[in-house]
Amino acid sequence: MERFLEWLGSTPWSVALLESTLAWPLIESSHVLAVALFFGTVMMNDLRLLGWTMRRVPVSEVTGRLLPWTRIGFTIMVVTGLLIFYSNPVRYYHNIFFRLKVILFVVAGLNAFLFHRGIHRRVMEWERLPVLPGRARAAGAISLAAWALIIVAGRLIAYNWFDCDIPGQPGWVNWAAGCPVAGD
Amino acid sequence: MGGRQFAPEAWLPFFERLETTAIGTAVRESIWAFPIIEAVHLLGLGLLGGAVLLADLRLLGTGLTRQPIANVVRHARPWLLAGVALMFLTGIPLFLSEAVKCYYNTSFWVKMISLPVALAFTFAARRWVAVAAPARANWRTRLIAAISLGLWFTVAAAGRWIGFSA
Repeated sequence: MERFLEWLGSTPWSVALLESTLAWPLIESSHVLAVALFFGTVMMNDLRLLGWTMRRVPVSEVTGRLLPWTRIGFTIMVVTGLLIFYSNPVRYYHNIFFRLKVILFVVAGLNAFLFHRGIHRRVMEWERLPVLPGRARAAGAISLAAWALIIVAGRLIAYNWFDCDIPGQPGWVNWAAGCPVAGD
Repeated sequence: MGGRQFAPEAWLPFFERLETTAIGTAVRESIWAFPIIEAVHLLGLGLLGGAVLLADLRLLGTGLTRQPIANVVRHARPWLLAGVALMFLTGIPLFLSEAVKCYYNTSFWVKMISLPVALAFTFAARRWVAVAAPARANWRTRLIAAISLGLWFTVAAAGRWIGFSA
């Protein structure tokens, strides 16, 4: 893994991306602005599941009409996110906030998967109830929390507080960051 | 610091004064404060973006088209207000911590000009159109939504660019 990422980071396009004065900020800005599109529409959907907004609008209508926009935002975030990772793979791989973000992706993904495979299949039966089933509300709450934490973790990737070359860090930090052990 | 100067020279002492305020100093001297407040500022961007999009998409004739325009705009309003409040609450301490850098930063001034325009447009023009909205989106509601999206995009893009431009 380490050697693959080192190779990836040494490819000409990766070096050019990292050193560019315009491309990198533009890609990073697109990534951040897509938060408004992706998280904005996800949040409105989650708030509906929680029963905090648009209570009289059926859930399937909110989801169905907002999902295309969520997908566009998601696509922009994935493409720009992969490019940002490609610009400096080794650094991100050993960044604990990046690692936390990846774990949270799994949580958010699993939550969405279980929701759509589970209670959402019978959405027509409960979408007009004054209080939605606990499982639907829980899915909304977990989604909201997971994506919010992903954004916070994502923002903190920018800081090198726990980089592997910082001396005297607690063992668990070096473990969590997957730092190469001296002598390896 | 860039060299180019956007704001009048006479304003500089005021910005220097802002940077030495208790909040500005506290945020600047803490390792965690700026990044954490910045992260919450980003969450506010999501909330504000969601609320702006919900209403503007409807005005464009997409999004929640089965609901009357006035209803969608009304539903979005509390979240719009919450988003704006969260952005101000986090944005002001961020600004205070680096007021002098902002003074020399062209992106900052682009944001400071586009932000009041976007706020005024949203809470005056768009609201006025939305309250008396027709059942279906027409050229007028579409124009209002396009201007709103353009203004908020400018505010957000200029905001992100503050951190990139020296």
